[in-house]
Amino acid sequence: MTSQGTSLRQYALTRLALVLPMVFILLTLVFVLMRVAPGDPISAALGGHAPPAVIQRIKHQLGYDDPLYTQYANYLSSIVRGDFGESTTDRRPISDIIKVNGAATLELTFFAMLVAITVGVTFGLLAGRFRDSWIDSGSRLFGIIIYATPVFFLGLMAQLFFGVYLGWLPTSDRASPITQATLETHTNIFTIDALIDRNWEAEVDVIKHLILPAVTLGLVTAGVFIRLIRVNVIRTMKDDYIEAARARGVNERAVVYHHAFRNALVPVITIVGLTIALLLGGAVLTETTFNWPGIGHTLVVYLQNRDYTAVQGIVIVFALVVVLASLIIDFVNAYIDPRIRY
Amino acid sequence: MGVHAEGEVQPSRRRLVPLGLRRTVRPIADSRGMTRGLLAAGAAITLFFILLALLAPVVSPYNFDTFEAGGKRFPQLEAPSGDHLMGTTVQSTDVMSRVIWGTRTELKVVLVSLVLSLSIGVPLGLFSGYFGGRLDRVLVLLMDAMLAFPFLLLAIVIAFLLSGSIGKGILTAAVAITVAYIPLYFRVVRNHTISIREEPYVEAARAIGARPFTVIRKYVFFNVIQNVPPLATLNAADAILTLAALGFLGYGIQPTDAAEWGYDIQRAVSDSASGIWWTGLFPGLAIVLLVTGLTLLGEGLNETINPVLRKRPKVKTELTPPGGVAEVESE
Repeated sequence: MTSQGTSLRQYALTRLALVLPMVFILLTLVFVLMRVAPGDPISAALGGHAPPAVIQRIKHQLGYDDPLYTQYANYLSSIVRGDFGESTTDRRPISDIIKVNGAATLELTFFAMLVAITVGVTFGLLAGRFRDSWIDSGSRLFGIIIYATPVFFLGLMAQLFFGVYLGWLPTSDRASPITQATLETHTNIFTIDALIDRNWEAEVDVIKHLILPAVTLGLVTAGVFIRLIRVNVIRTMKDDYIEAARARGVNERAVVYHHAFRNALVPVITIVGLTIALLLGGAVLTETTFNWPGIGHTLVVYLQNRDYTAVQGIVIVFALVVVLASLIIDFVNAYIDPRIRY
Repeated sequence: MGVHAEGEVQPSRRRLVPLGLRRTVRPIADSRGMTRGLLAAGAAITLFFILLALLAPVVSPYNFDTFEAGGKRFPQLEAPSGDHLMGTTVQSTDVMSRVIWGTRTELKVVLVSLVLSLSIGVPLGLFSGYFGGRLDRVLVLLMDAMLAFPFLLLAIVIAFLLSGSIGKGILTAAVAITVAYIPLYFRVVRNHTISIREEPYVEAARAIGARPFTVIRKYVFFNVIQNVPPLATLNAADAILTLAALGFLGYGIQPTDAAEWGYDIQRAVSDSASGIWWTGLFPGLAIVLLVTGLTLLGEGLNETINPVLRKRPKVKTELTPPGGVAEVESE
């Protein structure tokens, strides 16, 4: 058992060492992308409004007239210090955007992931178990069609049906104006904030606002889960130990539930990791559709204002989140499945 | 590439069909059951949209930006009726015409982006995989970093950066999508090339003194390229979703130049508060249908061409997925 401990630690260290070049490349990629583009951020942000002298002064202040390698060095060192800069248009620190809008995105994506896992695992397992039956065809078709549906289109239809036609649920924002005004923010995750204050009225309001965006984003993501879990179940059902269990006379139900499903679900963790990038991309669209003040929606607003520094900062945050998520997923996987460590 | 089916192939002269092509086409003819259904349905839907795009001037009742006929302006936001089967928009344009002309835009962008990403990703993967070495390692790191990035975000950033200089056109959208897909082709082609590089027949070719370029062209390319059609079809489906997303966020095609479904849906969001559904529903359904068609086609191709997934009618072959690179095509 001690040898297992060392090898896990070894794996963790190697994996961690691999992250650094990845982060470095990503940061460089972002830097190059933002500088290769013609025009400079300052003139873009101030448009034709500011006189050239002012533009020149601000450029100098922010270091945009330094040679590229100096800019690159400054860029890297400030990120290492955890300073992502502040937006050019409204002088908001990126760290503030991460804290406030990031929390909104976290809340949305967390619940969306819950929906995706519930729907995806259920249909994926059923489809794989009853391969080539109507359940299988139905689940696969659902998986394909839901994957083919743009999240903003599904969102729009949900708004029309549940919001406008039935009038059951609100179609935009995180909470009604009254809740927004009265709810004290501790974590900026509204469902938790309301819980902390035992403010049940606010809690209900917040959850109501959360349902449509979370279900929309979750359903679209579920397509990927269905597909991968189905293949997993089919593959597992062909494994030798399933045959062995059957040969020992274990009844079919137990074979399926205890032997096949349990092993088919191990890769779900990996899928969750792979889906995070997808989910974040989808969040940008979902947030825009539902006017959800998350980090994706904020990014879109800054893009429209041509605010390069804010865009750069937010893009870096996205990249770091994805790298970090895949790192955590790999650790969890290595912990669960010893084969990965070797 | 370089492979053309002989004009009319008589049954007795089948041998004239080049080997590479025959290998790719044969499994399709051999497909059965659900796989065949997938292929047929996918092909039918895709063909329908291609025809729609080609015949847009003939089929479409109006142009995508026509808002009047015979000097009379169309009503604004009119519900679907006999005059306008899918209703009209705020700008009095005909929704159906916009959907039909939109097909043209989507397919054009997808075609350009596919050609671009294939012509960059495939050769890069081939050379990187075949020669290995330092260049290979650097490319792999770079491509992996790009893959780690949420690719919609990458596409948005590229479109944002290009829209300032090139403007919002077919090319900007296509390049934005291309950049996100190159790493995918690179990875698939490279990994496959590496496994094929060590095959005895490639080694034999090297042993008789074939130059690297000849080996790649004659021996590696056709084996590697088999994986590309399913991937390309699935990517085409993805590309349409990406383009629609770009359009939805305002980074697609300049609205005055062409109709684009994603942009139309974005406009429809503000209509929805007053219960107007037709401006969003029809372009949305078009996206869903076209993407579904392409996905079915891609999945079908994948299941017929990929030996691991292929279900053979009678002969039962046992294949273990990883490491099972052995060529199953017995000639």
